[in-house]
This record gives sequence, structure tokens and C-alpha cells, in this order.
Amino acid sequence: MAKIEDILEIPAYSMNKEEKSRWLTERLKQLSLKHRESCEEYSKILKALNINTEEAESYYDLPFLPVRLFKELDLKSTDKENIFKTMTSSGTTGQKVSKIYLDRITASNQQKALSKIVSEFTGKSRMPMLIIDSPAVIKNRAMFSARGAGILGFSIFGTDKQYALNENMEPDFDKVQEFLEKHKGKKILVFGFTFMIWQYFYKELKKKSSSIDLSNGIMIHGGGWKKVANEAVSPEEFRDSIHSVCGLSHIHDYYGMVEQTGCIYMQCEYGHLHASNFSDVIIRNTKDFSVCGVNEKGVIQAVSAIPESYPGHSLITEDEGVLLGEDDCPCGRYGKYFKVLGRVKDAEIRGCSDTYEKH
Amino acid sequence: MTNLEKYNKAFETGLELTEEMINSELEYQKIESWDSVGHMSLIAELEEAFGIMMDTDDIIDFSSYTKGMEILKKYGVEL
Repeated sequence: MAKIEDILEIPAYSMNKEEKSRWLTERLKQLSLKHRESCEEYSKILKALNINTEEAESYYDLPFLPVRLFKELDLKSTDKENIFKTMTSSGTTGQKVSKIYLDRITASNQQKALSKIVSEFTGKSRMPMLIIDSPAVIKNRAMFSARGAGILGFSIFGTDKQYALNENMEPDFDKVQEFLEKHKGKKILVFGFTFMIWQYFYKELKKKSSSIDLSNGIMIHGGGWKKVANEAVSPEEFRDSIHSVCGLSHIHDYYGMVEQTGCIYMQCEYGHLHASNFSDVIIRNTKDFSVCGVNEKGVIQAVSAIPESYPGHSLITEDEGVLLGEDDCPCGRYGKYFKVLGRVKDAEIRGCSDTYEKH
Repeated sequence: MTNLEKYNKAFETGLELTEEMINSELEYQKIESWDSVGHMSLIAELEEAFGIMMDTDDIIDFSSYTKGMEILKKYGVEL
């Protein structure tokens, strides 16, 4: 049996290609079977595709659901009484939001995976944490947005916590200053979503005459570049701009999705996003879904060993990316490393992973 | 206040419980207020009450009232 517990005991980037392939194939086949048995819609999809997941030789052969399906359908593999949290996407692509149903085991494994992954970058010790968001985001405790889930998940790395924005999304620089003085000389964890940091923190801070010193900070940000890119801001410009207003230079972007919370893809010191033992990406050709080689652009399939309460273990995203290599990043971490290029233009990936249209 | 009283008080404040609701059967995610939000406030209360800083692994392992007692021992807190 491929158990999550075995992976939780080893460092998050320790498995080479062969070990990881063996583990993920076994684990993802198990999950496919579980979801087939307990999620009617998933079982119908497999039937319609005429796929027997038991016969798959590798996790590359398992079917992938379009992420969009979680917006269209209520997909869950557990009884109603076992669901204790529902997460929603922030709904940037339209009015419909994804709904992800979590049972205790899945939620707990998400947190454990996140903790293993992030501590490889921040170290084991916790830090005072500055959250570039508003506390209003986590008001409804039973129903989290992707933003709320991110903030909560990362809170485990924080000791004393301070929200930088008030309920109206306005920065409270006095509070931030007070917080920084209280923790003078300590490493500070700065967490937020890329767009929120840019729009509500950076821009406001730039207008201000007095400066804020975050040179001791380590910033982790995620949530995608779509909105920031609309303002024609590149990742390089983002980093330079942040550095220019508060002296912060230690910045890690991450790639992740609410449908696979926990196993995020953190950016290493060389600017590469990394897949941990808990998950993987497969870049596929947008025409025929064949597997792309290194440096070949394609749509990102994301697999995760975590989801037990919903069939989200193998998904085709609406993002384009490029595989940069595997097991040989100069940072020393094993696993694939890649780059996300942005949304597939006018993405609409329909049905059950067998059709793909580009307008 | 004894350490046990401090421990119980942290549960009361952190998880928004009344004194009568505190018992050794309490488990993470078994009661509504001990969710991931409540968990972090409970940890904050405990850290302040005992002047300690817990590792992330211990925060994750802190899955019940009794398990918590065991974990605090590592930080020199006897209950």
C-alpha cells in the first residue's frame, strides 16, 4: 500500500524520478479506484472513456479531469456527514466557482504536505508573520475561499501575526511599523497573494513618503500572475519593485490551485517552480495531449497524492507551462522543475478530458 | 494558576469554550470551534501562557487534549 504517511516522514524533495514514479503510480491508481467506488460522477466518466485505471502502467496513463469540472459539478467521494470544510476558488475566470469538499484526512494531509514543502525553504523555525491581506478573508470559517485557505495554511509558520490591510483592503502602515519594531532584528515571514501585494500594498507603499524596512523579510506569494500581468508587470519587475519600496529581496513565488491545496509548487533560489514528492506536473501538447519534452510549451496536468474526499488527484489545468528539467536543478532538489507561462488563451477545456478547443 | 489551569484556560480562550466544555475527550476537528482557525488561536494561547515556541511538526501533531499534554512535556511543561 502506498501510504501518504511514508512520504510525510521523508524530506519533501528527496525522491528521484524512478522512486517517485513508482510511488505516484501506486498511490494514484489507489485513489482512482477509491474515487470510482465512491464518486458516481467519476465512475461514469471512467465508464464513458472506457478506461480501466487498474491497467495503467504509469500515472501518466491515468485520465485527467478538467479543473473546470469542479465548477460545473459537485464532485465528492465521501458522505455528507464526513465533509467538514468546503473550499472555493476565488472565481477569477467567471461567475462560477469551484467547490472542493474536504474530509478530515484530506484536510490534515494538505496541511502536513504544505508544512513539509515550505519548511524546505524557510527552515523549521517559525517567524513573526505579516499577512498582506484583510482579516475579513477568513471570517466564514466553514467556507473558505482560496485566499482564506492559503492564509490559514501558511499561518502555521507564523508566531505573532499581523494583517497589513484592514477590512476595506486599505493598508494600515502604522500597525505594520509597530509590528516590525516589536520584532526588530528577527526574520519576518511576509505572505500574500501576488495581486493583493501589488495592488494594495506595493502601490500604496510607493505613494508613501516614509519607508518600511522589510529587508529581514522572506516573502512567499502565490495566486497567479493573471491580474498583475494585465497591468503589464513581469515577475522580474515585481521583485525589483518590491525590493525598491521595502528592501525585501528574499522572494518565493508559488504555483498551486485550490483543487489541489497543500502540495504547492515553490519557486527555488534559481527561480524554478518545483514538484515535491506529493505531486507532479505533466506538460501536455494542447493539440493531442501527448507528453511534451523539456522546453516544449504545453498545457499543465497536475497530479496530487492527497485528495481522498474528492476526485481531484489528476487534473488538467487551464495554464500553460514548460518543463525545464527533472532531478537536476542546481538548487539540489529532486523532482521536476518548470515554468508557468500563464493561462491558455480563451481556455475552454470541455467534457471529460477528451476534447480541447482553442478559439 | 497551576499549569493545568493555564492549559485549560488556553483551550477556553483559544477555542471559545466554556469551562464545563473542557475535557480530555476534546479532539481536533471533532468540535466546530477546533478547526484550523481555532487551532492556530489555541496554539497562540498556549505559547503565550507557557512562554514557549512550538515546532510546526508539533503544531500539526497537536491533535487532541491529551496528545497536547504529551507534546508540551517536550517543552518542559509538566501538567
